[in-house]
Amino acid sequence: MTTLKVNGQDHQIESDPDTPLLYVLRDELKLNAAKFGCGLGQCGACTVIVDGRAVLSCVTPLLLLKGKEVTTLEGLGSLEKPAPIQRAFMEEQAAQCGYCIAGMMMRAQALLQRNPKPTDAQIRAELEPNLCRCGTHMRILRAVHRAARLMDTAELTPSEQGGVR
Amino acid sequence: MSKPRIIASAALTALLGGVIAAFAVIWRPAIEAIEPAAPQSFEPALVKRGRDLAAIGNCSDCHTARDGKSFAGGVPVPTPFGTIYSPNITPDPNTGIGRWSEAAFRRAMRSGVDRAGQHLYPTFPYDHFTNVTDEDDRALYAFLMTRPAFRAPARANDLAFPLNQRFVVAGWKLLYLKGGTYKPDDTQSAEWNRGAYLVEGLAHCGACHTPRNTLGAEKPSASFSGGDVDNWHAYAINAQSPSPLPWTTDALFHYLRQGWDGDHGVARGPMAEVTANLSMVPEKDVRAIALYMASVFGPPTQDRLANANATRADIKSPSAQPARADTLGGSIYQAACATCHESDRPLPYSGINLRLSTALSAPDPRNAANIILSGIRPVTGERSPIMPGFANSMSDDQISALLSYLRGRFSNQPAWAGVEQTVRDARKSETVFLQTQPERNGAPASSMQRDKP
Repeated sequence: MTTLKVNGQDHQIESDPDTPLLYVLRDELKLNAAKFGCGLGQCGACTVIVDGRAVLSCVTPLLLLKGKEVTTLEGLGSLEKPAPIQRAFMEEQAAQCGYCIAGMMMRAQALLQRNPKPTDAQIRAELEPNLCRCGTHMRILRAVHRAARLMDTAELTPSEQGGVR
Repeated sequence: MSKPRIIASAALTALLGGVIAAFAVIWRPAIEAIEPAAPQSFEPALVKRGRDLAAIGNCSDCHTARDGKSFAGGVPVPTPFGTIYSPNITPDPNTGIGRWSEAAFRRAMRSGVDRAGQHLYPTFPYDHFTNVTDEDDRALYAFLMTRPAFRAPARANDLAFPLNQRFVVAGWKLLYLKGGTYKPDDTQSAEWNRGAYLVEGLAHCGACHTPRNTLGAEKPSASFSGGDVDNWHAYAINAQSPSPLPWTTDALFHYLRQGWDGDHGVARGPMAEVTANLSMVPEKDVRAIALYMASVFGPPTQDRLANANATRADIKSPSAQPARADTLGGSIYQAACATCHESDRPLPYSGINLRLSTALSAPDPRNAANIILSGIRPVTGERSPIMPGFANSMSDDQISALLSYLRGRFSNQPAWAGVEQTVRDARKSETVFLQTQPERNGAPASSMQRDKP
């Protein structure tokens, strides 16, 4: 049994310590936002946030996560109460098939927490590891800029900003 | 004349002589500025040859900053003496070399003096470029003078006194700059001599791969025995090579041309830029470099061949080496690395079998730590090798445990010392490296298109 903190809650995990975080999230905790894409850390669909930084969960075994805090898209917001990053992606209609979008949002979220006003070039550089086959890159770029503006406006309370510590 | 007066005048003469000698060593005249030459005035074929030579010389690596304009300089080059910033070598008349005549350019290449007569720091490898022929300097000049001009004033170097005084460089040159161009070795083939000319001259391989003395000059007695560059170790590329399998002419050619070789893995760190550049130059020059370097490595000894055979056998039947996954490092390897590094997919799109890793057999864990932290970033818009970095998911302790395990399991060398410190340093420099290095501006050559201009 391993203790793993996900979205602010401690979980007792039964999977073996060498299980990739992605499998733990999807199979054991039924958190299905992070997607299995390549399983080799090459596409970014499985991106989640660990201690504030974007991490590829398919190549991150459970045993690396002792004492660390995992945040998944489910931890940012919900359908009823979307986080700014989710609202922005919806408002820009940034998803086509949508498979890459959860990973895109998580990496963008990590960037915005570190750098609330990124330039276009910084967003492009940051999201480079995440692939999108549909080609909605320009909308994704716009969505990240929009999320930056949303997070900056006073109408949202800190908890609504998808505040990850 | 009385005795004291004789002594006094002798001392005065000596002093004067000293001053004159020092003046002769230090002072270099300015070469008159020219009106920037029109790009059309250069022969297209000469420019094309200059482009190939500039790629072999890897000029862009030091003279193009990340997100900066091509050849506009501003790249910080860390040295033990401080940080030196590369200058703008575009034809901009005021901040570049637009007003340099060909003679001024050649003098800079040959003796490290700029147009105005100032000594250049030997981070500019004129100790190698002195070997370049007039003809090749002319082609390089034509190439640079036909690049787009960008205004980019030089950044001030970060050097302490007295090294911030350029006359000090004159003393350095007196000690270490051997003039004269490359002398062919008549006992060798033309191809070998071509390779030697390029390697010892323009390609300046020794600038990274030869260790330097306390004054920053290459140690001639330890040619190609391995050096340091940008927080990476440039491996020994002579008989002391740490590579598990010996390098051959064919392997060298494949590696330098394609950016990877099945027996040795993928070029990364500062070497990735070199191989990307070599993918775009005439194939015969890369073959010549490979042939010459194979002779620098020398034929493998019986011991080395026996070790290589044992390594190959071990790869074929890996069961001979039981996985020790009971340690932290072993568990991390099995869970995070083995998926790619034990797959049967061929290079370069999978991980190399780590029995073949030079990084793990190297004298220190720097390169292995760098690669675990930042991975291998793919080249934009190209098919190219890729490895995810683990900086965000592994702590320093975890990476240290992993490195110690990998060293023990996959190399025949004794354990590394100071792994933890190396990992901490690598994490610090990783951030800097990713911010300052230019994106690789080309991909390793594919089978298509690369030879065409």
